[in-house]
Amino acid sequence: MTETAATLIEKPRSQWRDVWIQFRTHGGALAGMVVFLTLIAFVTVGPLVWTVDPSYVNPDAARMIMTRNKPPSLDWPLGTDQLGRDMLARMMAGGRVSIAVGLVAMSIAIVLGTTVGVLAGLFKRLDGPLMRLTDLVLALPLLPLLLVMVFLFRDALGRALGSETGTFVLIVSAIGATSWMQAARIVRGEVLALKEREFVLAARSIGTPPRRMILRHILPNVISPVMVAATLGIASAIITESALSFLGLGFPPDFPTWGRLLFEGVDYMQLYPERVLWPGLAISLTVLSVNYIGDGLRDALDPRIRGR
Amino acid sequence: MLTFVIRRLLLAIPTLLLISLVIFLLVDLAPGSPMSEIPRTVPPEVRERMMQAMGANEPVVVRYLLWLRQFFLVEPAYVIDSLMGTNLAGGAQRVLSWQSRMPVFDIIAQRLPQTLTVIGSAYLVGVLIALPIGIYSAYRQYSWFDQLGTFVTMVGSSVPTFFTGVLLIIVFSVNLGWFPSIYDTTLEVTDWASFKMQIMQMALPVTMLALHNATEISRYMRSSMLENLGQDYVRTARAKGMSERVVVLKHVLRNSLIPVVTVIALGIPTIFGGAIIAEQVFKVNGLGTALIGAINASDLPTVQTLTFIFAVLIVFFNLVADILYGILDPRIRYD
Amino acid sequence: MNFRTALLGTTAAATAFIGLAPAAHAQRAADGNVKILYFQAVSVMNPYMSSGTKDVHGSSLVIEPLAGFDEKGGLVPRLVTEIPSVENGGISKDLTTITWKLTPGLKWSDGTPVTADDAVFTYEYCTNADMGCSQAARFQGIKTVEATDPQTIKITFTTPKPNPFSAFVGAASPVLQRAQFKDCVGAAAQTCTEQNTKPVGTGPFTVTDFKVNDVVQLAANANYRDPAKPAFATVTLKGGGDARASARAVMETGEFDYAWNTQINPEFQAQLAAGGKGELISAFSNNVERIELNLTDPSPDLPEGERSQIKNPHPILSDVRVRRALSMAMDRQLLVDVGYGAAGKPTCNVIPAPEIYASPNTNCHVQDIEGAKALLEEAGWTDSNGDGIRDKDGKKLSLLFQTSVNAVRQDFQALVKGWWTQIGVETELKAIEPSVFFGGDPGTPDTYQRFYAEAQLDTLDYDGTDPEAYLGQYVCANVPGPGNGWRGTNINRLCDPAYEKLLADLSKTADLNERAKIIISMNDLLTKDGYVSIPLVDRARLSAKSKTLGGVVLNAWDSELWNASDWYRIK
Repeated sequence: MTETAATLIEKPRSQWRDVWIQFRTHGGALAGMVVFLTLIAFVTVGPLVWTVDPSYVNPDAARMIMTRNKPPSLDWPLGTDQLGRDMLARMMAGGRVSIAVGLVAMSIAIVLGTTVGVLAGLFKRLDGPLMRLTDLVLALPLLPLLLVMVFLFRDALGRALGSETGTFVLIVSAIGATSWMQAARIVRGEVLALKEREFVLAARSIGTPPRRMILRHILPNVISPVMVAATLGIASAIITESALSFLGLGFPPDFPTWGRLLFEGVDYMQLYPERVLWPGLAISLTVLSVNYIGDGLRDALDPRIRGR
Repeated sequence: MLTFVIRRLLLAIPTLLLISLVIFLLVDLAPGSPMSEIPRTVPPEVRERMMQAMGANEPVVVRYLLWLRQFFLVEPAYVIDSLMGTNLAGGAQRVLSWQSRMPVFDIIAQRLPQTLTVIGSAYLVGVLIALPIGIYSAYRQYSWFDQLGTFVTMVGSSVPTFFTGVLLIIVFSVNLGWFPSIYDTTLEVTDWASFKMQIMQMALPVTMLALHNATEISRYMRSSMLENLGQDYVRTARAKGMSERVVVLKHVLRNSLIPVVTVIALGIPTIFGGAIIAEQVFKVNGLGTALIGAINASDLPTVQTLTFIFAVLIVFFNLVADILYGILDPRIRYD
Repeated sequence: MNFRTALLGTTAAATAFIGLAPAAHAQRAADGNVKILYFQAVSVMNPYMSSGTKDVHGSSLVIEPLAGFDEKGGLVPRLVTEIPSVENGGISKDLTTITWKLTPGLKWSDGTPVTADDAVFTYEYCTNADMGCSQAARFQGIKTVEATDPQTIKITFTTPKPNPFSAFVGAASPVLQRAQFKDCVGAAAQTCTEQNTKPVGTGPFTVTDFKVNDVVQLAANANYRDPAKPAFATVTLKGGGDARASARAVMETGEFDYAWNTQINPEFQAQLAAGGKGELISAFSNNVERIELNLTDPSPDLPEGERSQIKNPHPILSDVRVRRALSMAMDRQLLVDVGYGAAGKPTCNVIPAPEIYASPNTNCHVQDIEGAKALLEEAGWTDSNGDGIRDKDGKKLSLLFQTSVNAVRQDFQALVKGWWTQIGVETELKAIEPSVFFGGDPGTPDTYQRFYAEAQLDTLDYDGTDPEAYLGQYVCANVPGPGNGWRGTNINRLCDPAYEKLLADLSKTADLNERAKIIISMNDLLTKDGYVSIPLVDRARLSAKSKTLGGVVLNAWDSELWNASDWYRIK
């Protein structure tokens, strides 16, 4: 009832509506959106349509040997791997984790990095301690750090959240916790310069509280380097996940994430180039689509460009 | 500015000591043992003895203090001795690698040349191609050049170096036979022919790393330029009748450099850290492989020494970045 | 001129120099440079400092033991005139002494004579308690090592030693020069960088330049005992990369002449062989890829310190029928075809060689899924709820199967999981970083010694040809546990009095045929009778050599570079 009533009244010009209108005019962003949604559908709806078990190895030796390393065909649209497992099913199963890890780990890193960067840049008192902390984390050797994190938290998380969710949480936090430093330093650098700009001085002089200052004036102006860090971060999170599973820290060894498929494919690159092509393509498409969406969003969010 | 620099340098000392302690505890806590590369046929008692002889069995506090002493007192003494011919060190034990029983600083000296030549020139090439690409892509946003650049850099950032390295070897070493796939660290550049050999063997690893570095830097350059090109001062400058060249390369570029300077300052210490995958794929055997090898073998003195030097460089270059911010934007003040 | 033509250029120059002289009449240092690639780089040239395979092999070019093993596992004299035996009087009748006679006129690479005193020194060097000698086990049970005269070394054992060929036999136990190492005894050994990287030796080459974990450059030893050898003037021993890349460097790009341990999958083997620049060579010894079963309960529900301990027998695997069923489900030939190709063969034994010790046990070669199912039914494991997984008394037949991170092992895990699922055994897989898994850090739960899983895939070989020490691992006293800092070697937690009785008999038996009989029954107790271990594949050493490199005889019992003095360039 109330909803119909609301539609009758002429809506005030909503900022987000403007953003969406601007976003729609950005061809690259729309294409990116379509590709991204297709990828999401591929990994979520796909397994419901293509119901092959991704880790099924034919127990009959003779049949297994015959179905190894098959090129793409009707039976196996993307071919099979060295044990005759269906690549399409593996790509679908792996994509779910890879996309989720990529997005979540990147978000953690970006949120953490931006927070640290803004606080350090804006408040002189916090600058020293926060930047020395950044130096410390940058200096720590990654491998032992990850090994120690997993060693300390794996069992506890596994018990609290169940083995699969526990592993996921551990992996994204490990990646997030070890990749926020660059964003932090970049944001801080930008904030240091922004802080001295006229509009910030003006805002300060009229007594804008810090929270409002950050949300209204600082954050919108550091969005573009953050966006770059975010798109670059997705790919590296997906690859780092595979590196983790190679250290025996990630998902079980028969779990086909995109990063792992790509790594395994490198062994077979000369004989069966499609083995590296599929995961490489999938990761690239994810990153490209997110990049274009990000481009479109940035343009749409910028009031100077919007409505031009 | 000078007081700021002095204050920061003084503050760096306790920071670095803290970092060294954290690294030490971290590496010590990490699973793995210096015996992991010893064949399993070696009986447990013998392993125990070997650990004892290395000093790996001492409590962690003792080992940390020993390392501090060796790093800050003994090693400088050896340096002074070799320069002045004095005998300050008096035969005290240097920081020794558990893996090879070599002084860690000798290992660094052996590996620094190839790391600096290969990783360093790759970084330089990467920066040199990234900046113009980033500037031009932003200036002509959504032109075909920009679209192509975006596509290439995004694909470049999505395919990891373990893939591109092997791909380069298969295409250029195996199929075409143009470049060697294995870096010869014993090659000494003495004449034109050996210089040419050196260029040949650097070609593939440098290409791979330069592309990888350029990807990142050009993205930041582009986005920062875009941000600034829309600012009011650009309109003003153009309205004043300044040439495009001056507007873009003087005003916009200078104001866009802050994030780029940050990224580059973060990147320079990693030259010293080496590029693990590139070094492994092309067998450059620089500091990156030294570090990863030491980590795998839980070679605590080597890991500790390398990461500590790395930490010093990080702290130093971040200071350099801060100083550069002040030069790029004089409004930024630290005092 | 690119790199490859430069490489060809050097070999062409060598050809011109030596003409078409047959290899047998080769001249020392006439064949130029040979390039050897070890993907694990050499860290130290002294096997008493590090017993890593790469270090033992690298140093074998420079320093030598009194005797070594040939490619068949037989003993060959290196610095001595003959192999001592009871018949020739070199070994005393009561088996307590062995006497070696040095070849007259032997010289160190610095020109000084080799004497029995150097061997005595080596013994003292390695048995010094402060030194942390990595080969100390080879000198165990020795009472004295004496130089009865400058040419004669007499070793006296504390008890009769049926197999006295441990000290100074094989590349891991070479003779060092007293003059060079005299100041490196005890704790000082650690700091003798110069000695440890550039030892004075009797071998065909000497070190000219040593870059740790990177490259070793060697030159022909001017004082080598055979004046016509080695054929190569210099050796470059490079490290780095991985098995795949090193195989490629020999077989596809031809940048190197020899690559060690090129374990690659069969398809890649075939592809490289087609490259035409080199060939893969393989040799079998005693390296068996097997699944170890845990006889004790690793359940995480047990308090820490009680997991995988003798007092908690495994609720499922204590039944030999279940263990046997797990073994019957294996198709070993398929595993070989997928993972090893020519570099492996199916085996049912943990001691597959030498011939005399190999049990005639081939019953496992045929996969028997139905038989395995029947056996599990018989043991009381049935699928009562129809979910495809067997259960008994409300407990699921579910196993955790772990191994180190390695492409072939992960393929094996997937295949084994498939077979076990088929016989109704639920399998969870886990892969662990090798340096953690094999690291033996007592504080880490993920080591192979802790064995917090039901099954683990690994391999274990042993030095030399005599398996007594190796079989001696499976005794109750060697079970790893919190009491011994998880340092035991009895991974399976086997506690079998019958087995330990056989082991006691073995240590008292000198006759070779009698020993073989006991060793075979012990092997059978571990495999076809007890199913404590499930042997899968007898793994060969697989290396790659250039087609222009001659004289290579791959030896899996000793250093792969054991006969580098015979290597030459094929013209």
